[in-house]
Amino acid sequence: MNSKPNIAASTSMGVGGLLEFEKPLARIQNDIDEMQREQGETDRDVATDVRQQKTRYKATLKRLYASLTPWETVLVARHPKRPLSTDYLRMIFRDFAELHGDRLFGDDPAMITGFARLRGHKVMFIGHNKGKDVKERIKCNFGCAHPEGYRKALQKMKLAEKYGVPVVCLIDTQGAYPGVGAEERGIGYAIATNLMEMSRLRTPVVCVVIGEGGSGGALGIAVGDRVAMFQNSFYSVISPEGCAAILWKSAEQRKHAAEALRLTASDLLKFNIISEIVPEPLGGAHRDPEAAAANLEKFLNTSLNSLKRMTLTNLIRRRQEKIRHFGNFFDDPASVKQPAKATARAASRASRLGRTLTRTRTRNVTA
Amino acid sequence: MTKVDKSGVPAGLWSRCEGCGHMLYEKEVADAHFVCPECDHHRRLDARARVRQLADPDSFEEFATDLTPTDPLHFKDRITYKDRLKREQSRTGEVEAVIVGRAFIRGRAVILGVMNPSFIMASMGAVVGEKITRSIERAIEENLPLVLVTASGGARMQEGMISLMQMAKTSAALARLDDSGGLYIVVATDPTTAGVAASFASLGDVIIAEPHAMIGFAGPRVIANTINAELPDEFQTAEFMLEHGFVDRIVHRSDLRREVARIIDYCGK
Repeated sequence: MNSKPNIAASTSMGVGGLLEFEKPLARIQNDIDEMQREQGETDRDVATDVRQQKTRYKATLKRLYASLTPWETVLVARHPKRPLSTDYLRMIFRDFAELHGDRLFGDDPAMITGFARLRGHKVMFIGHNKGKDVKERIKCNFGCAHPEGYRKALQKMKLAEKYGVPVVCLIDTQGAYPGVGAEERGIGYAIATNLMEMSRLRTPVVCVVIGEGGSGGALGIAVGDRVAMFQNSFYSVISPEGCAAILWKSAEQRKHAAEALRLTASDLLKFNIISEIVPEPLGGAHRDPEAAAANLEKFLNTSLNSLKRMTLTNLIRRRQEKIRHFGNFFDDPASVKQPAKATARAASRASRLGRTLTRTRTRNVTA
Repeated sequence: MTKVDKSGVPAGLWSRCEGCGHMLYEKEVADAHFVCPECDHHRRLDARARVRQLADPDSFEEFATDLTPTDPLHFKDRITYKDRLKREQSRTGEVEAVIVGRAFIRGRAVILGVMNPSFIMASMGAVVGEKITRSIERAIEENLPLVLVTASGGARMQEGMISLMQMAKTSAALARLDDSGGLYIVVATDPTTAGVAASFASLGDVIIAEPHAMIGFAGPRVIANTINAELPDEFQTAEFMLEHGFVDRIVHRSDLRREVARIIDYCGK
């Protein structure tokens, strides 16, 4: 379920790049600006007053962000200045060797893939690309990928698997591109294939929702051993606007929809849909991208360290088990929880092959 | 909407075909598998009627019947999700939007799952995902071919991300079926869309579709809005998907049993 790609976030922007709910900050900032102007004109020392106002600014920021509503979280996640996957690529990854080819149709600029290094790890970097400026945004459809984007991602994951290189996916999209070409080239099949193949990819996979996690288009690169979200990102089955239009018959109800959908990181942690929340600096990642990047780097490094210690057999078994119990929210009076025999079988098959991660050099072999 | 009773048969002796508008004698249509004799329009079928058509008489042994949906999000739009579920349950006589079981098709044992488009458009929540997953696991355990008749509006919004995760869950289970060498046949019927089209409905070893069934990922209105233009004729139909390589065969409803059996025989199980 997709919403039309647009620059929705920009419509909610007020003066000075502040979001609508950040208005109290604008007033304080005005006061500070005025004081400083006054100092220039009258020579009165306003340093103490300014300091005071700055403390107030910080306290207000803290208060606003301590209790973001789901809709406010959506606005922060869509902030036009929010760091994108390409920003994190620049800030915490080194030696990026971009690899473009999907081997089938063409290059999708909405998906960026390639080898990179993160601290001591070689990784395969996969990320949605929303684009930095208007020209780039149009070129990459605001981060809405086509089937070729998902196929490129899978092609590169397979390459990483062959050489035992872990995969890092950064998710930031409104959804897969809703267009005629996307349907003609099998967007449903492309996403479905990724879900299936990522569940059995024989190398660690770490996924982080860094901004918008839009439905199937997000999930298409978000199946892994660790799935985390940035504190102010959101992840939803449908956009709040789309949900409001369908269930309330009015896009105006998007705030209610955002609330009802339980799309925030803290809610999804409770439902065991994600395993961790990556903290953001005060006032959101866009206020201090370097600090956000440092947190992301730390999370990725820790995750990769622990996943690399596991045997490949264990890794796949645990990933499959985790996915098997996703969203187990139903009543089952018989309460016969089926033992995942197939998982056990897959595990025993893997152990027969007896490969540990560090020794993996061969492509996924089906018995 | 035609008023539909429990058996999927519209009330009254006569009805108007949704495809060509022709007046049809209901008994005649029922005998023709609910396909219009004038224009071949395949009417949507509820799950029980589908099982009666596809499986050998009285061969369907349903399992996972006790699974009932809950309301983990405490979702409320104009009505509460709980009330919506109750309404759908009493209207359809079903607990959820899919039934799964063991069955025979022309004497061949299979695991059969059928989605029910008359239950919240067979949208996929936790129970639908779980039942599909259990049918896949049963197919692995009993080494039987799996036949899923798909029809769905996609993920069930009222279960939020829990429903999106069913896409991952069913697809991961299909990876295990694939690893075990099991056969999986999809019968895509009207409408097979969105989250279901982007998960288990697209992953069949063989994908059969009913004529003119709507099959696609994004909603046509959303696409029309995006491209700001009219959509091509036959867009997102079974025929469109066949032309573009995502469906293997389009099979008339009256030939389905024979075709499914034939594929099973070719795949040696």
